[in-house]
Amino acid sequence: MQTLTNRAKLVERKPLSFIEKAYLWNILKGLIITFSHIFKKKPTIQYPEVKRPFSPVFRGLHVLNRDEEGRERCTACGLCAVACPAEAITMEAAERLPGEEHLYREEKYAARYEINMLRCIFCGLCEEACPKDAVYLSETFAGANFNRESFVFGKENLLIPNPKTDPEGYAKAKGIN
Amino acid sequence: MAEGTPLLKVTIDNITVEVPAGTTILNAARKIGGDVAPPAMCYYSKLEGSGGKCRTCLVEVSKGSEKDPRPMPKLVASCRTTVMDGMEVKNITSSKVIDARQGVVEFLLINHPLDCPICDQAGECDLQDLSYEHGKEASRYEFEKRTFHKINLGDKIQLHMTRCILCYRCVFAAEQLTQQREHGVLDRGEHAEIATYIEKNLQHDFIGNVIDVCPVGALTDKTFRFKNRVWFTKPVDAHRNCTKCCGEVRLWMRGDEVFRVTARRDEWGEVKEASNGKTGWICNECRFDKKHVSDWVIEKPTHINRHSVISQGHYEKLQKPQEFLPDLMHREPRLIMDIHNVSEVNRTNIDLSEIKGPAHSTDFNK
Repeated sequence: MQTLTNRAKLVERKPLSFIEKAYLWNILKGLIITFSHIFKKKPTIQYPEVKRPFSPVFRGLHVLNRDEEGRERCTACGLCAVACPAEAITMEAAERLPGEEHLYREEKYAARYEINMLRCIFCGLCEEACPKDAVYLSETFAGANFNRESFVFGKENLLIPNPKTDPEGYAKAKGIN
Repeated sequence: MAEGTPLLKVTIDNITVEVPAGTTILNAARKIGGDVAPPAMCYYSKLEGSGGKCRTCLVEVSKGSEKDPRPMPKLVASCRTTVMDGMEVKNITSSKVIDARQGVVEFLLINHPLDCPICDQAGECDLQDLSYEHGKEASRYEFEKRTFHKINLGDKIQLHMTRCILCYRCVFAAEQLTQQREHGVLDRGEHAEIATYIEKNLQHDFIGNVIDVCPVGALTDKTFRFKNRVWFTKPVDAHRNCTKCCGEVRLWMRGDEVFRVTARRDEWGEVKEASNGKTGWICNECRFDKKHVSDWVIEKPTHINRHSVISQGHYEKLQKPQEFLPDLMHREPRLIMDIHNVSEVNRTNIDLSEIKGPAHSTDFNK
């Protein structure tokens, strides 16, 4: 039969030779490879203590950002929710009352903001859609848990710590050491 | 139109159409429809005297008429220029028009705050569509934009003068629908603003229609303010027996909640004619007070142009897939997690449509 490419190889089904039949030599060959790895550099890292560096484009759990004065940037414009291909994001907006100017940057803000991490596919389209630099995908893995309920993240899970009242938490969340 | 008036032939973008004398170029182009119709921000066919202010409908007249075939020296506003027999008009086929329109959009956006993420009009805003289709990507304006404080026109209408493009539509609407105009344009030029004298309340039954005629988010419905984004609400056509108006409206719903009531709009973004042949303006009672499904007879989901973001819900031809699991398993499938037990959004004890104005932290932290 004419082959399409010249790379096709016929499978050889020759009877085993004496050395192959004895197995011992092949086992020895395998053990040499195994033991030689003892002296090589280990690729394993001790995960919780040691962490691998993330790629700069890594997309992990979401963070709702604050501005430099600690006010929430999100204005509940709904662009992340409409961009989300998995329909993971929902929100409810409210009007800022007089006296809440130190909490929210714009006159409208997200009173409720929820991301269902079970639905999220970490594509980063919400981050791209956001006109207010409010939502970012951080360098954190989505946690593991036994129940599904804990994967619906509200604002209390998503908001970055306030740089004014909790500068240490803010620096930690930003990854500044 | 008098009997026997000859129809005038006018060619717009190489498409010939016959219209009666006295028709404007814009209306002749709308008769053809599609991309040939120039965009209009201030002209509103249902309002007498509107048009001629925004200059977005500029067209090039390459041949004045059969008798005088000279082209018009400058681009003309098609909403105010009437057709002549044998006139040839270039709209999208003229590079001059496209260039001029980009300039007009840049001018309109000079003082516009571009706060679309906050604005309730976003998604159905004429200025948004216009700048998206005809505008440039950037502005060359580098000075302070003019800003105003928010003004309440009565307790149901919010005026954001900052967003206003001074199209005068609301002034005409208030004058022609209510006969007792209480607001108008004060000052001139850069300082011009829509205002009422001493923030006088607007009390007339039909004043709510100024919200519908506003091409931008300058006049918005306070009962809908910040309740939801337009594209997350479901538009349905509905009607009720109203003694004051035609009662034919469009409801903007979320689940079983009626978030907003507006008049029905046609393809040009203008209020549609009602079934009795009159323009379908709606009264304040229908618009602001009837926020229950039980108040309305729902006809069908509204047809939304598929190029509009509002069509993203695909409600019009929504077909629910048939449930096959109960038939297969001979029992209801077990729900592993009911999202409403976990989610803080859409809580049953907070009905946003029941809140009179915009929701506040006090409403959510009950």
